[in-house]
Amino acid sequence: MSTPQQDDFAVVHPFDHLMRADRLPHILCGGCGIGTVIHGYVRAVSESGVDPDRHVCVSGIGCSGRAAGYVNVDSYHSTHGRALPFALGIAVHNPELKVTVISGDGDLMAIGGNHFIHAARRNVNLNVICINNFNYGMTGGQVGPTTPIGAKGTTAPQGSIEHPFNLPYLAKACGASLVARWTILHVRQFTDAVLRSMDKDGFCFTEVLSPCPTSFGRRNKLGEGLDEVEMYRERCHIENGAQNLEELDIDIVDHEQPITVGNFVDIERSAFHA
Amino acid sequence: MNSADSVARKPMDLAQADVPRGEVHIVAERCKECSYCIVYCPEDVLVYTEETNAKGYHYPMIAEGKAEACVLCKFCDLICPELAIHTTDASDEAQGS
Repeated sequence: MSTPQQDDFAVVHPFDHLMRADRLPHILCGGCGIGTVIHGYVRAVSESGVDPDRHVCVSGIGCSGRAAGYVNVDSYHSTHGRALPFALGIAVHNPELKVTVISGDGDLMAIGGNHFIHAARRNVNLNVICINNFNYGMTGGQVGPTTPIGAKGTTAPQGSIEHPFNLPYLAKACGASLVARWTILHVRQFTDAVLRSMDKDGFCFTEVLSPCPTSFGRRNKLGEGLDEVEMYRERCHIENGAQNLEELDIDIVDHEQPITVGNFVDIERSAFHA
Repeated sequence: MNSADSVARKPMDLAQADVPRGEVHIVAERCKECSYCIVYCPEDVLVYTEETNAKGYHYPMIAEGKAEACVLCKFCDLICPELAIHTTDASDEAQGS
């Protein structure tokens, strides 16, 4: 068949009932991984066996904060950095709900860092998906708390000189029950991690490395979104249950260094219930 | 995807194996030409169109002679950031039921 198999615009994707399909195509750039994470989340909602009416999606500010606006479950686009306290209120008030926070590294770890460590310490029943693109993408590519040393941003044209957060290590140290790190290429694995998080009682944290071709990729000469994903494919090394989380920093500059991904922590720890 | 560079051994029952068959559906107007579906298709089913959609992006289409080649791995669907592509089961059993 040589003619393009172009379905009518009205023909929908099987998950369109879980998306606000009238808003698609979304505003995110071509090659951005946030769409894949939203897609993975709605797939997990669909496979969780829980009524979508009992799912809640909360997001903060930034490109990743747009997630709440595109999913057709009860969703809240909260203020900058306050996605976690907002979600915490929902989860504690109504333990029947499956509350998922989808937000970016800048929102969850910079301005919301304090909320993150205390939500993890209390082990509130939350499912946190942190989309890590190593910079503040929406505001123009400034250096954030996850920008690797040496990586360039608008506020660090010679390369960042700060030590970044190692998010799985931080989450484990704060007491999270489940910690995983995947990239958008490991779409089956991160969807499984999100599904397990929905089942688990406690604070669950999944970091998803995502390309940002418009800001981070361009300034660091990583090429298009596909080139960055291809870099992940070549460098990622899966190590489930890794014990040495403190050594799992991400080095973007040295392409010889492996990036370790996997399901790192899955422990039973009493969760916070009011 | 990590260590799939080479196939070391061929299964003995390869001839009897029932290879799933899928049909690809594309929503052209959602595509933003990220090319993930085209590059990561294990059977190279997809190629770019010459024409563009309303936003000016070349969207994927089935390559010449590949109409029956999809093996329903669903990876194009899973990785698509735009929910612009999905596959359905086109095997004889699925059609017959």
